[in-house]
Amino acid sequence: MSQGASATPLGKVRGLGSAHHGGGHWLEERFTSVALVLLSFWLLFSLLMLPNFEIATLKEWLGSAWGAIPMALFVVTAFRHGLDGLKVSVDDYVHDEGNRIAVHYILTMAAIAGASVALFALARIVFGAPAA
Amino acid sequence: MNSKAERPLSPHLTIWKWGPHMTVSILHRVTGGAITIAGLAILSWWLASLAGGEAAYAGFAKVAQSPAGMIVLVGLTWAFWQHLFSGLRHLVLDTGAGYELKVNRFWAIMTLVGSLIATAVTWYLLMGVGK
Repeated sequence: MSQGASATPLGKVRGLGSAHHGGGHWLEERFTSVALVLLSFWLLFSLLMLPNFEIATLKEWLGSAWGAIPMALFVVTAFRHGLDGLKVSVDDYVHDEGNRIAVHYILTMAAIAGASVALFALARIVFGAPAA
Repeated sequence: MNSKAERPLSPHLTIWKWGPHMTVSILHRVTGGAITIAGLAILSWWLASLAGGEAAYAGFAKVAQSPAGMIVLVGLTWAFWQHLFSGLRHLVLDTGAGYELKVNRFWAIMTLVGSLIATAVTWYLLMGVGK
């Protein structure tokens, strides 16, 4: 990345940092953290408002728009924020470039797989299993 | 670079007196790792068991309500609250505020106190659901 004398302040920091993502990754971690404060409190208060933790009660709650939509947002945001945090830790302790990329790759795949399982399960709860 | 040059080196971990801010700092990473790896795995398993029906959910509930399951769930609840309070402290520190020695120390200790109280209150309330 060329850095001429005419580079803007933003242009100078883009691509920098131990993750080579400039300030973008740092900012994303903070934006998702604020969203997760709200979504976590939603999850906690929703659970406490339920009459019981029977499967029928939980499925009725998660099957409604008020349960399914925040839960989908919680799943995506929590996996995203968790992945961001794990990557930052890896950047600090894994110094070899090849290993760093490999561990990032494995963590990213694991996060996508985990989030997919959670979202597919949520879709099943909302829409039900297809008729056999 | 000549590593034998007579120049001051950055002081390392061993010379510092351990303080609450250091404990809270490393706990932020440890608790974040725990709720990401164990917490999100359990969240996915919980949702999958609900989607799977009665038998699958009974299997999840049996493990969750076992002594080992409860220790993990209470531990993750504490990790969640510690990470949340410590994270809020970090958002304040990001603005450049709260670095004065006494203020910094006070809020570091408060995240530890807050997470213990919040964990106790959370489980007191959760145990009351359905009763």
